Amino acid sequence: MTGWGASITGVGVIAPGGIGREQYWQTLTAGRTATREIALFDASRFLSRIAAEADFDPVAAGLTEAEIERMDRCAQFAVVAAREAMADAGIGAGTVAPERTGVSIGSAVGCTTRLEAEYLVVSDRGANWVVRPELGSPHLYQALVPSSITAEVAWTVGAEGPAALVSTGCTSGLDAVARGVDLISEDAADVVIAGATDAPISPITVACFDAINATSRRNDDPAHASRPFDRDRDGFVLGEGAAVVILESPEHARRRGAHVYAEILGFAQRSNAYHMTGLKPDGLDMAEAIAVAMRRAGILPETISYINAHGSGTMQNDRHETAAFKASLGSHAYEVPVSSIKSMIGHSLGAIGALEVAACALAIEEDVVPPTANLDNPDPTLELDYVPIKARKNVNDVVLSVGSGFGGFQSAMLLARPAFAAGR
Amino acid sequence: MSAVDAGYRTVFTGLAAIAPNGSTTERFWAATLNGVTGIRPLTFFDASGYPVRVAGEVPDFTAGDLLEGRLVAQTDRWTQIGFVAAARALSDAGVELDDIDDYDISVITAASSGGNEFGQREIQKLWAQGPRFVSPYQSIAWFYAATTGQVSIGHGIKGACGVLVAEQAGGLTALAQARRLLKEDARMVVVGGTEAPLGPYAVACQASAGLFSQRDDPARAYLPFDADANGYVPGEGGAMFIVERMTDGHRLTADRLYGHLAGYAETFDPPPGSGREPGLRRAITHALDDARIDPADVDVVFADGLGAAHADQLEAEAISAVFGPRQVPVTAPQCLVGRLQAGGAPLQVAMALLAIRDQVIPGTPSLSVLAPGCQLSIVRQTREAPVRTALVLARGYGGFNAAAVISAL
Repeated sequence: MTGWGASITGVGVIAPGGIGREQYWQTLTAGRTATREIALFDASRFLSRIAAEADFDPVAAGLTEAEIERMDRCAQFAVVAAREAMADAGIGAGTVAPERTGVSIGSAVGCTTRLEAEYLVVSDRGANWVVRPELGSPHLYQALVPSSITAEVAWTVGAEGPAALVSTGCTSGLDAVARGVDLISEDAADVVIAGATDAPISPITVACFDAINATSRRNDDPAHASRPFDRDRDGFVLGEGAAVVILESPEHARRRGAHVYAEILGFAQRSNAYHMTGLKPDGLDMAEAIAVAMRRAGILPETISYINAHGSGTMQNDRHETAAFKASLGSHAYEVPVSSIKSMIGHSLGAIGALEVAACALAIEEDVVPPTANLDNPDPTLELDYVPIKARKNVNDVVLSVGSGFGGFQSAMLLARPAFAAGR
Repeated sequence: MSAVDAGYRTVFTGLAAIAPNGSTTERFWAATLNGVTGIRPLTFFDASGYPVRVAGEVPDFTAGDLLEGRLVAQTDRWTQIGFVAAARALSDAGVELDDIDDYDISVITAASSGGNEFGQREIQKLWAQGPRFVSPYQSIAWFYAATTGQVSIGHGIKGACGVLVAEQAGGLTALAQARRLLKEDARMVVVGGTEAPLGPYAVACQASAGLFSQRDDPARAYLPFDADANGYVPGEGGAMFIVERMTDGHRLTADRLYGHLAGYAETFDPPPGSGREPGLRRAITHALDDARIDPADVDVVFADGLGAAHADQLEAEAISAVFGPRQVPVTAPQCLVGRLQAGGAPLQVAMALLAIRDQVIPGTPSLSVLAPGCQLSIVRQTREAPVRTALVLARGYGGFNAAAVISAL
């Protein structure tokens, strides 16, 4: 993968705990949890009644009435995050040719929140299997097919280059950003708007995870419910949000004098071919993804300064990925700080990978490791340095971000400080 | 990224099609060459109150006869069709998976409406009966990655796996991703796309786009490039392929080398009302450049053929702009099966590969009068012809354009 890579020159975020990149970073570095009782709908019938919700006001975020009517919440997130990222990168109308601007957005469940809400309208609240199409919104097709999210982002930024949606479940975010880097590396685009979005806090999705005992039932204490690597964890807490990064080649960024947060140096994806939701405790397939990503990036384990873990808050994940870090990094796994921002902003399915890329870019920029909140009693069998409770100053030259998802997919991405990347 | 440059090729060594006019590759191909349609009155549910009442159903695809019960229970029909097609494609390629490192094989699929019918059933249970009636499989059957995940697990495939969504264009985007993986380090990719968008709610969702043909006569409902075109008919099915990397000087040992992906490009349309040119012409030009061929090298174009007047005219203009008016044979045999979303472009690619194999161009028998704005040379009846290079076009709802050059080796 010689010559593979891209610079991150803009970051836009919608996340629980605050809207926009700056509030996002404040939430993460303060170790503040944004998990709470579900307010988006009446969740009293469900086993898990908590989530990390974004306080998102589409009007305040600058969306028009027509945009709000047309788009699912997750598309709204993506569009607003894309606008912030473009402004942050200093890219306006005329900066880049539309034909040379690409879009790569990820989403695990797409517009299913709207799909469910509209189903109730056309089916008389679930009474009818054969529905009444004439009662439906004129935008139902956009809700059915999630590539509509990418289309909305392309329209808002004026992109006419390569464009698609990546939907690999919970690794969608990392995979979509990696596809964006592919497009830059192949010179198919000068600038790619890459990221991911999900707004899955809906009755059907909450019911889905109830049905497989995947989500936390710490309903009486939502602020402390997402507890990755902690002895007392009992499942993940559903989240929502979006992050979009602006990718360009280092030369392109230099030529226009853009600020570079970080360079993306390597990526690999592997699958466990084991189980749609289960993980083998040996973590070997994630370890393989990490090892291949390091090899492609030309990075030795010892140079990794921080690992942004998948850290979903389930016992099987904690054991799986801890084993993967030990298998791929050897003794360095015991030295390097590891943390999970899902402890604060929950697990937003496909979006979280992009939110984690954004967090890694900011961690490199600020030389701070965001903490693992709620880590009061580390699981003694895990042994690594999970950065409990408080953010930590750390020289973040090289950062590893990993994701693990339904379908058995395992993704690993390496990011580095621009000066480090240039000096390799 | 040029396939030629790198000294390797993305070679198709296996394929399997499942379509409304034939549930196996050879049945589909025979029906298509003979102009046998798979579009019939919709039977999966009572569509009398719907704006579309005909569809391309695959009548003889019964998952319970083809897959083990556990898998049937865990999956939507879209995944079942994809799983069966993937297994048949592996078998067609004569692949012994034990001979290949698990990490050297990948799965890439295109998805579009996902596990829509499974999803509808569970949403209905939730609201009509309550949360505890929701299936534990909802989370793995409904989401867009279900087919890729099940194929990976079913065959022990542990390389990079992916899912691309660009509505009808997604099938070609998936092929390009497979080519990218072969360039990196994969040896083989199971790639393609299927769709089963005929659940009652999914059809209602598609209806909102206002592009459905409202005609009841199956023979007059979906008429790409016809003066009488009035929309499309939804269909189910698709195709899966095995693609392998072939380096210069090292011929693959597979029984049959159908052809290779010689070029690819994708573009996105400008926003509605911008007055700027749509992106399809650029996609075609870039795909030909990527394949390092001239327009004159293309023997046939498998068109997107939406079957709506304005869209057909825009496609005709893009083709004419690159090739000249009426300068290249154009065909749209999907008039016999309907529009398959994520399964559509893979089925076109299957036709292109079989056209190369059999040196024949399948026709567009639905055409009676060419739409006045379309300066195209449409192949109406199937005919024998030298076919070395085919161009496949696909456009996805919202503005996605993709073009793939499929060539003989």
